[in-house]
Amino acid sequence: MSAQPIVLAVENLTVSFDGFKAVNDLNLYVEKNELRVVIGPNGAGKTTLLDLICGRTRASAGSIKFKDQEMTKMPEHQRVRKGIGRKFQNPSIYESLTVFENLEVSYPRGRTVFGSLFFKRDAAVRQRIDEIAALIHLSDRLEDQAELLSHGQKQWLEIGMLLMQDPELLMLDEPVAGMSVSEREKTAELLTRISDNRSVIVIEHDMDFVKRIAHKVTVLHQGKMLAEGSMEKVQADPKVIEVYLGH
Amino acid sequence: MNTKLKALWGGYGTVLVLAAVIFILLPLSLDLFRLNLVGKYLTYAFVAVGLVLCWGYGGILSLGQGVFFGLGGYCMAMFLKLEASDPESTKIQSTPGIPDFMDWNQLTELPGFWLPFKSFLFTLFAVPLVPGILAFIIAVAMFKRRVGGVYFAIMTQAFAAVLSILIIGQQGYTGGVNGITDLKTLHGWDIRTDEAKYLLYYINGALLIGVVLLGRFVIGSKFGKLLLALRDREERVRFSGYDVANFKVFIFCLAAMFSAVGGAMFTLQVGFMSPSFVGIVPSIEMVIFTAVGGRMSLVGAVYGSLLVNYGKSYFSETFPELWLFLMGGLFIAVVMLFPNGLAGLSNQWREWRDRRRPKAGGTVTPLTAPPAGATPPPAGKDPLPPVASVGGGR
Repeated sequence: MSAQPIVLAVENLTVSFDGFKAVNDLNLYVEKNELRVVIGPNGAGKTTLLDLICGRTRASAGSIKFKDQEMTKMPEHQRVRKGIGRKFQNPSIYESLTVFENLEVSYPRGRTVFGSLFFKRDAAVRQRIDEIAALIHLSDRLEDQAELLSHGQKQWLEIGMLLMQDPELLMLDEPVAGMSVSEREKTAELLTRISDNRSVIVIEHDMDFVKRIAHKVTVLHQGKMLAEGSMEKVQADPKVIEVYLGH
Repeated sequence: MNTKLKALWGGYGTVLVLAAVIFILLPLSLDLFRLNLVGKYLTYAFVAVGLVLCWGYGGILSLGQGVFFGLGGYCMAMFLKLEASDPESTKIQSTPGIPDFMDWNQLTELPGFWLPFKSFLFTLFAVPLVPGILAFIIAVAMFKRRVGGVYFAIMTQAFAAVLSILIIGQQGYTGGVNGITDLKTLHGWDIRTDEAKYLLYYINGALLIGVVLLGRFVIGSKFGKLLLALRDREERVRFSGYDVANFKVFIFCLAAMFSAVGGAMFTLQVGFMSPSFVGIVPSIEMVIFTAVGGRMSLVGAVYGSLLVNYGKSYFSETFPELWLFLMGGLFIAVVMLFPNGLAGLSNQWREWRDRRRPKAGGTVTPLTAPPAGATPPPAGKDPLPPVASVGGGR
């Protein structure tokens, strides 16, 4: 795996909110085709890290390089167009649209005002939507309003919306929170399948789930990296045990 | 597919009915005086239709649409006023050839910004473009800085107040509180005759139907879905690769230009334009028209404008002391009882009927029930009741 090029390089990244450093001098490298899981206790800065990478929060210092391109000054939508996709913690879908329309709106064509006014729903769009819908187990719900979906299905739909854009880096914030056991199974399968040709960063608390999917685990604590490596290595690390059990 | 065709027919059906009402029913059943009043009400409908797009779909509440309605109207009024102020008919003034109110305010020369309005062609472009450009500047300044929601609404109100105060204060340039009056001809064509009034009514109706159809096109496109999407989940849209501000700017400008066309038609049909159509109060009234008609329905907004204005005339003629209270009551009643306006009534009625009917009656709510054979919901989770989605919305 070490032969893979580095897709995301986060270096000396710091963000401070009124003096409180939510992320403090962090370094993180994610390779192509890697599925990285970020764990850590509450307030460790996991979500903030994703916010910084996708542009929702501006960095105070440091650099974020995606495919060797500096991201820290780039507006959010530009980062998305470069290939960074972000799933939010709570399912963030368009309830008033149908599942089909949710996916269609996420299709990466017609992203300008006039492009969207004259956007045509052609065969390529339909085909892509059908593919993604099959992947996220929603093929027979396409015409339903998205608000009728169950919580787990909403999570999948949002993942599907991101997949429509075919991002090279996909970031998922607690994708299995609130899911039933069988939904977790399916999600784990889904994540393994979609990390095939892209890099994925997942924030997760469920250790069994992490064990199932992670190639490599990064442990954050108080905005800093505590440990990094395989799940076994990280779990055996005394510092990690201290942080998780000491509280 | 069949249901889709039906939906399509259903969509255009309502526009056809509206056209029939405007072009056939109303002209046949009203005398010219009343028809002219209806024509005036229909000019407000342009604003209401714009607000459906901007507020109903885009979630951008503007309490300053009077600014654009007024500017459109003023552009037209300036052209008409210049035509009415030829040296021959103003020869008793100390400076003949300039509008009368300028002469009264000791102006001896036409101000520079009035000069282009001697050209009808320029005026035709200025009617949508002057308000459109102003809307663009406001929208860029606000939306690029991510000012939205209530703060944006307050800003638009401030603009409405500023413009009306400016117009009233600059009497010599704008006609002040009286506005621009005594408008006579358009390119030599007398707009005060009965035939002219009929013709203008029909032109107004045709433009309104055109605006409604344009609105339909916008709503039906991917842009329309994005509007709903960014109304509900702006972050998600932004992180799907869209520059959200541009979309808001566009829809705000479009709504402003719709309003401006209405304003120009108002000037032509009513024969004057004054700051009383620019300020905060008329702007809020225009939002009420939309709310009453249904802020998610283009056609509903037209009926809302007609109903509220008819109510206004009726109440003020019948109960001169009470009419403002009655109007206020109407608005409160609509917001409380029919949050989706007139257009939402049919859905609401259906829901109410279904709730009263015992469930034993079988399938009474087929509207958005999940299709049979859909993935069974995961154990332990009830499928969401379909009722929640139908009319209630937000």
